[in-house]
Amino acid sequence: MTAAPRLKVDPIACDGRGLCAELLPGLITLDDWGFPLISSQDVPAALRGEASAAVQLCPRLALRLETRGNAEDPGPRGPGCKAKDLRRAGVTPGPPRAGR
Amino acid sequence: MSHPAASLPRVKTWPRLLPGDYSGRPGTLGEHLARHGIRPSCGGDRRREDRIREIERAGLAGRGGAAFPTAVKLRALAAAWPSPVVFGNGVEGEPASDKDKMLLAVAPHLVLDGAVAAAELTGAGQVVIVAHHAVSDIVGRAVAERRSSGWDPVPVRVMTAADRFIAGEASAVVHWVERGVPTPTGRPARLGSPGRGRRPALVQNVETLAHLALVIRHGAPWFTSAGTPAEPGTMLVTLLGAVRRPGVYEIEIGTPVGGLIELAGGAEVPLGALLIGGYFGTWAEPASALPRPFSSAGLAPIGANPGAGVVAALPSTACGLAETARIARYLAGSSAGQCGPCAFGLGAIAGQLEQLAAGCACDLGRLQRWLGDVTGRGACRHPDGTALMVASALRVFGAEVRLHSGGWCSAIGAAGVLPVPGPVRP
Repeated sequence: MTAAPRLKVDPIACDGRGLCAELLPGLITLDDWGFPLISSQDVPAALRGEASAAVQLCPRLALRLETRGNAEDPGPRGPGCKAKDLRRAGVTPGPPRAGR
Repeated sequence: MSHPAASLPRVKTWPRLLPGDYSGRPGTLGEHLARHGIRPSCGGDRRREDRIREIERAGLAGRGGAAFPTAVKLRALAAAWPSPVVFGNGVEGEPASDKDKMLLAVAPHLVLDGAVAAAELTGAGQVVIVAHHAVSDIVGRAVAERRSSGWDPVPVRVMTAADRFIAGEASAVVHWVERGVPTPTGRPARLGSPGRGRRPALVQNVETLAHLALVIRHGAPWFTSAGTPAEPGTMLVTLLGAVRRPGVYEIEIGTPVGGLIELAGGAEVPLGALLIGGYFGTWAEPASALPRPFSSAGLAPIGANPGAGVVAALPSTACGLAETARIARYLAGSSAGQCGPCAFGLGAIAGQLEQLAAGCACDLGRLQRWLGDVTGRGACRHPDGTALMVASALRVFGAEVRLHSGGWCSAIGAAGVLPVPGPVRP
């Protein structure tokens, strides 16, 4: 992945502990209720280290670095999840569907 | 503002989904077949692709509010592995909307036809209809009637929906069916634990399914003979507030908003404002809204959208700010409470609006900033929709905001025109 990563927060997991805003004040600020407002800009190269640290230190594991094309939960259509990939990996993909 | 009813063309209701001779009880399978004929099969690879192409040509879009092209969803799910599960979304948590309840009560078999057709089109092995508690018995009886005659090629089950505003969000529908928790998950709707066998979910509004059942019967040219070229077909609308005959009507998309008001018997009293698109919708001034076509393109210039087809008429005697504060408080109470900005922000916004409505001190700058702060910060669009509605109120009721800031209010009627359910659940 060569595209610059961006910070994303899982709003359900986030509890507003605020650690990320302390570690990355340039990219994350807190709203009036203490929840992170994340800059929509790409994480600059100089801050990549701090950004990864913030991701690893989030006590709720709510913060992540996302590169475009690396969206969350690719699901059963994501790479490696096609029936042929599973078969190659030695997994039986279940009975074929009726009518297919 | 008086309503220029005399200058508007006559509007007719379309009898596609709702029969004109509705007797007050749901149609039986026999009556349904006499009216619509047998549902053409959609099974088999070749036929499946033909039918999806026909739905694409018909330009059928979701009727749950987002207007997403149905064919795109069907094609994506048809290619998915493992096979999906079809969910008919008849939750209708929005208190201002009645159209899904009406459709399920009047024509349950048309919805079931559409759901089963969607299952055939995507290779789904199961259909679940999640219906509002007022009509789930009716749907259950319709399903039993079909089951006893071996009518459907896939198993269909009916589940009573949770009675909550957010329970109708697509991922919340699946969450409810799977775990009994009616909250959005913030992830694409899927059924089953992660990994192998986790089934994708096709969640479609029940009205969309009913239209789909008609498209596969009559074809795209028939479907597109109503509506606008960009947004073809008819849609169900719920008209309420200060109109003489509030209720659910089937209209051609693109009918002028004023025509809708006329359809509901005209305005009872002079109108002060219209709430278009429901509680996530947009407030608009009658003068600018009434001539506009009721379609996404037609309403875009006034910043509105048909949404799930709600038009609420506010009499000029009512205070728009008081109504907005009531709705905002209801929506704040309807938050799932999962995401901080929604759980805390909407309550804060409702609090400021209540201050404003009461003519007390309100920090308008802070209120505006909060509207921006909550937008896009939840796992679902609940905070976004609420903020949009409130922002439109501050725009349309600008003169009233200035009056209230000075401790005045121009309203002479009581607040409480729009329906907001009683004690809000935590």
